[in-house]
Amino acid sequence: MTSTALRSRAWKLLEMVTTPLLPSDYLDLVSPLRAGADLRGRIEAVHPETGDAATIVIRPGRGWRGHTAGQYVRIGVDVDGRRLWRAYSLTSPTNRQDGRLTITVKAIPDGKVSNHLVRSAKPGTLIQLDQATGDFVLPEAKPAKVLYLTAGSGITPVMGMLRDVEFDDAVMVHCAPQPQDVIFRNELHDMVADKKLRLTEVHTDTDGMLDMARLDELVPDWAERETWACGPAGLLDAAERLWSEHGVQERLHTERFRPGIVVAGDGGEVTFSATGKTVDADGATPLLDVGEEAGVLMPSGCRMGICFGCVTPLKAGAVRDLRTGEITEAEPGVLIQTCVSAAAGPCDIER
Amino acid sequence: MTAIDPTAHLTAEQIEELGRELDAIRDEVIASRGEKDAAYIRKVISAQRKLELVSRGVLLFSFFPPAWLIGTAGLSVAKIMDNMEIGHNILHGQWDWMRDPKIHSTTWEWDHVSPSEQWKHSHNELHHTYTNVIGKDNDLGYGIMRVDEDQRWHPFHLGQPLWNFINACFFEYGIAAYDLELGRNLSKRRRKNPEFRARAKAVGRKIRKQVLKDYVIHPLLSGPSFLTTLAATFTANLVRNIWSHSVIMCGHFPEGVQVFERRSIKGETRGQWYLRQMMGSANISGSRAMHFMTGNLSHQIEHHLFPDLPSNRYAEVAVKVRALFEKYELEYVTGPLPKQVFSAWRKVFRLSLPNKKPKVKTPNRDQELVAA
Ligand code: FES
Repeated sequence: MTSTALRSRAWKLLEMVTTPLLPSDYLDLVSPLRAGADLRGRIEAVHPETGDAATIVIRPGRGWRGHTAGQYVRIGVDVDGRRLWRAYSLTSPTNRQDGRLTITVKAIPDGKVSNHLVRSAKPGTLIQLDQATGDFVLPEAKPAKVLYLTAGSGITPVMGMLRDVEFDDAVMVHCAPQPQDVIFRNELHDMVADKKLRLTEVHTDTDGMLDMARLDELVPDWAERETWACGPAGLLDAAERLWSEHGVQERLHTERFRPGIVVAGDGGEVTFSATGKTVDADGATPLLDVGEEAGVLMPSGCRMGICFGCVTPLKAGAVRDLRTGEITEAEPGVLIQTCVSAAAGPCDIER
Repeated sequence: MTAIDPTAHLTAEQIEELGRELDAIRDEVIASRGEKDAAYIRKVISAQRKLELVSRGVLLFSFFPPAWLIGTAGLSVAKIMDNMEIGHNILHGQWDWMRDPKIHSTTWEWDHVSPSEQWKHSHNELHHTYTNVIGKDNDLGYGIMRVDEDQRWHPFHLGQPLWNFINACFFEYGIAAYDLELGRNLSKRRRKNPEFRARAKAVGRKIRKQVLKDYVIHPLLSGPSFLTTLAATFTANLVRNIWSHSVIMCGHFPEGVQVFERRSIKGETRGQWYLRQMMGSANISGSRAMHFMTGNLSHQIEHHLFPDLPSNRYAEVAVKVRALFEKYELEYVTGPLPKQVFSAWRKVFRLSLPNKKPKVKTPNRDQELVAA
């Protein structure tokens, strides 16, 4: 018998020993970061960067496959007992000696996860991880001249690049309200002192928003540079317009952070994505009734919110709990009770 | 269905007001669910797993009598924790709000021969929706017992103390059988129904796994302690079954608890539904350890009002619920475990015989009367 076959036999036996649980349920108690476990990480330190930004040092589980500079990672954090998932750019170099990875998070107003990470995350906490992903990355062949155009926390993926590869000719234009809001400011200035980077800071509180027309004066050869831009939508839209006006759009790489703003309304268009049906619903009819009315096979039981026999994934949009008025927004893994939830704006139900 | 309706003094408006007050209690807990609650269930799960591991470890040496005793006691407690405070409550969706796929009503499987999926249907859906409605709620007498004077007596009922005792010993199998609605489904035609066959197969699979684990694999792993480990597991299952059967009997069987007719729930309002849960359930009083070991089903009344609130919050909810019972002059049936178990068993014995004629209503002397 081959060793893999032997292994799988042994594993089957172990499953018989632990049924109805799995061996991993017990192993997780002692070694949650082991190879083969669901991918997790442990927060090891939280370093403040500015008044509202901090770098989180994470020891990833053994299953972590590494990343490419510029990529992001989705993490699942328990905030007030509830697991929430968000994506953050990786700011650590890909060859960090101790194998740790870092993300740098800026607390946004009312941001549940970002405020939690910046202000109250404790070293030792376990978090859930996905593998790194994203195509806002450097090409294999180093371009001769590079421009980074960033604003606010848009600097984070770029920092991952700057720490990873050294360029012969790199320029950065970075916007932030005031000097003390510039994340990684000391490190950037060290790079400038070492002649690894030319940097222009635009302080929007005093200078106003960056006017793209100024780019000619700040970086006269911008059109010849391979450019990576990351920041709010306004900045990126303006950049895309300018680059395509000059016919050099293939030199511009952008990364948009989607804050995922869902406007919760009253009723809306409901899509049953598994069945491919779309119907209009008001804000008072339970989605269970809406689905049944449309001829979608909906699981149900008590029809009054107590049996949990109707739970169904909410893929997109938002729903309102008809009992409490509470709004639930779609996130991976979010399930709703269709018998006591109504559409709060357009939504997508996996049925 | 009792001779005197204990809710007759309430007007329709009062019942709706009562419903609104209960909704407010519920909303308060929902708004305050958080980190502490999540930490609680995680801690309980991890403690249960460790206790089970250690107990099974000790049983490897169960040829040595003190090890047998310790291991068996530990395993019994671990199994009770798995079924009561953890399994029952997770399967009610009490912890779904955490959005942890590992502690979720849609993914949890428990140490019990009835598959979670089927149990959720018969328990969450049928029992909790139709609480104490004769003919709709299978938990009422589990289809084999007469639990109310108004149910027709049949000579079969003479044996019901014995049926109840056997059911207590093999409770998990009893549950699996009635989750399958075996009584109804044994006719030839029904047996062939593909949906029934699929469910019966699932139960068969689960039983096989459970039996294999408890009575073959673990004893084999114990080597020289084969027989003593086998005996230990059998004992732990017996203890768990009798314990959960007793706790559950206390929830709806003691004297003073009302049962309802099918037609009484037609067009039921939210307030009326709440009222039925209040009158159809009974609590067990006792220490915190007692509440924990019953999976907080000692707060059966609160659990039936709010089946999806986290179990660790029932104790604080109970204070407010009890105040409402007083305000609306209703009887809050509660008492210590031995008294409630005795009360339930006495009813089982009494109703095994036909009604005495003429029917006299005995006052509920032994119940704790909260109503003024
Ligand atoms: S059908 Fe029972 S909770 Fe929705």
